[in-house]
Amino acid sequence: MNPIEILIDYWPRLLDGALMTIKLTFLGALIAALVSPGFALIRVRVSPLAQAPLRLYVSFMRGTPILAQLFLIFYGSGQFRPALEDWGLWTFFRDPFNCALLAFALNSTAYQTEILRGGIMGVPQGEIEAAKAVGMTWRKTLARVVFPHAYRIAWPALGNEFILLMKASALASVVTVFDLMGRTRQVFSKTFDFSVYLWAALIYLFMTAVFVFVWRQAERYLSRHIEARERPRTTTPTVKGTQA
Amino acid sequence: MRLWNTIAATLALAAAGGATATAVSAETLRLGTEGAYPPFNYIEANGEIAGFDVEIGQELCKRMGAECEVVAQDWDGIIPGLLANKYDFIIASMFITEERKKQVDFTDPYYLAAMTHVLPKGSDITEFTNETLSDKVIGAQSGTTQADYVEATYPDADIRLYPTQDEVNLDMASGRIDVQVGDMLPMLDWTTKTEDGSCCELAGEPITDPAFVGEGVGIAVRQEDDELREKLNAALAEIRADGTYKAINDKYFDIDVYTMK
Amino acid sequence: MYELFSYGDAGWGDEILRGLAITVQLAVVTLPVGLFLGFLAAFASMSKWRPLRVLGFGYTTVMRGLPEILTLFVVYNGAGLLLNVILRWWSPEAPPTDFSPFAAGVIALGMVFGAFAGEVLRGAFQSLDIGQIEAGRAIGMTNRQIFLRIQLPQVWRFALPGLGNLWINMLKDTALVSVIALDDLMRMTKVAVGVTKQPFTFYLLACLIYWVMCVLSELVLAKLERRANRGIRRVTS
Repeated sequence: MNPIEILIDYWPRLLDGALMTIKLTFLGALIAALVSPGFALIRVRVSPLAQAPLRLYVSFMRGTPILAQLFLIFYGSGQFRPALEDWGLWTFFRDPFNCALLAFALNSTAYQTEILRGGIMGVPQGEIEAAKAVGMTWRKTLARVVFPHAYRIAWPALGNEFILLMKASALASVVTVFDLMGRTRQVFSKTFDFSVYLWAALIYLFMTAVFVFVWRQAERYLSRHIEARERPRTTTPTVKGTQA
Repeated sequence: MRLWNTIAATLALAAAGGATATAVSAETLRLGTEGAYPPFNYIEANGEIAGFDVEIGQELCKRMGAECEVVAQDWDGIIPGLLANKYDFIIASMFITEERKKQVDFTDPYYLAAMTHVLPKGSDITEFTNETLSDKVIGAQSGTTQADYVEATYPDADIRLYPTQDEVNLDMASGRIDVQVGDMLPMLDWTTKTEDGSCCELAGEPITDPAFVGEGVGIAVRQEDDELREKLNAALAEIRADGTYKAINDKYFDIDVYTMK
Repeated sequence: MYELFSYGDAGWGDEILRGLAITVQLAVVTLPVGLFLGFLAAFASMSKWRPLRVLGFGYTTVMRGLPEILTLFVVYNGAGLLLNVILRWWSPEAPPTDFSPFAAGVIALGMVFGAFAGEVLRGAFQSLDIGQIEAGRAIGMTNRQIFLRIQLPQVWRFALPGLGNLWINMLKDTALVSVIALDDLMRMTKVAVGVTKQPFTFYLLACLIYWVMCVLSELVLAKLERRANRGIRRVTS
């Protein structure tokens, strides 16, 4: 079979896998995006001793392979089935999609927390003082001054993290969630035709390219008010390079 | 300049270690197997690969006057690995099927096999049809004839495919799977002889549809290796005739798996 | 519980340690390969010759956009086949050759490391003060002397934090070779789980071992960074 025939015969499977990849990545990143601002604030504001558990969590997530985290959550939870059933959690852990999503969300939360922490620390003290001076409450200062600026600083790095998460989602098939990589391996083990890997590579690159484009547009939108004076520099080379 | 020398030397070393030319010599044959399929092939606590497949393979090597080197390979990559010359033959409980015959050649069957459904004890499933299983979770190892069978027979069910049989079993024991389809003998072994397998039991009639089960279980060789295939067949006939096969068989099974009687 | 991890035929302690040894070997052998590819990529993407620049840019872009596991499969399954085709075309009688899983791991992880390192190194080279190179030329240094005595020591300093991160990522990525049947830490853990049916215990153990390696790496890197920055006066912030 030539590469075109492989694509014609198997594109529904590959498309199915690509949709799963997108679903896992988006939901994982979204959950992490909801949790990480709170964690990032704790990392900046709370005393070192009180944030020790959080630091331990972040360090663990960043210091262990995501493959091991997936196995630990999926097969590891099976070892505690009776306890999980008592707490009513087994219905959640029974579904491999939930387990994979939990692993990716936990992993991404750790990274996004640290990225956002860097963003918050990058907000000039003067802006916060100015907010105080005009009588803003602490909540208002966070919502109108600190986070908007912190997100603008962290934006390129957050985009990077999203791409890393998409690449990590290629491991979901080890826990029977068939994403693009899983479908690709399945087709390969049926046809033994190597070109299916090259198609998968093209699909991944295409998804990354589209994401980078959208993210860039969003970045321009976020910093439109300072465009005239100074364009924010793309600080991380990784984002710069992932455009296709 | 020293830096460059070091880098060059390291690269040369890596290349030399990586690309080892391996001629098919009479002295050493490399036997490819999976190592996650008890009792046919599995890894023991001492790190050695053991099991029925491996013992038969080593006996065949001995009869052919060769040393055997056992190579472990994950199931999905086991045929590509043979084609890429990572080993000389596969003895890993592989069904002889038309699809696989396009890629590799098989020896005569070295045992017969059937597939079976496995249910958790006390399951309410009594019938195996696409309708009755449409809301159930069915597990099987990916890239196997069982997986093909499940996908063809129960298209509406929630099908979960795992990289290894061990992982299907692990997940069935922890209760994530309602039904699994596996090879008869490993399933019999698992449900009757192991602690975690006691959760479950065989159910329904054995699946013997030749479209999936093929002509039995064979040893796979590269299509150009006719000579090796002939030698393996001769050695197989020899150990079958002189009782060596039966001695190995009886270590693992209560029935003769060559005839399934 | 203790017997599970004991050293010897009954326990899994020795198998897991053997796996750990392979993981460490793999990472240590991959590092120079990856650094070498990284330097090549950096030089290519800074080259004055356009085709070379395109090549360097293409390599770093494509490799960084692909999942590491995909790269690993392509190298493991594809490179072996390709090598044999070339070999047979070169001399039909040549014995079939093959990539061991270890070599495939080194090449795939090295290619990924090289792509990211190429960007880090390019950034470091470009942040060098051009005046220093001119000064070197003015006092009559050769290009090689300028490279070895002026550029390299400073590139090392600029690139160290980035390369350190890449090292830690690569150390974690070695776990992926377990899916191509190299008996590393992760695979030995899976084998132990398959036999003992204690997934949580053993996967947690594996996680802890990786964690310790990463934390140790971070400590060493912090030391290296301090050493690389000695003699540099920091602006107190």
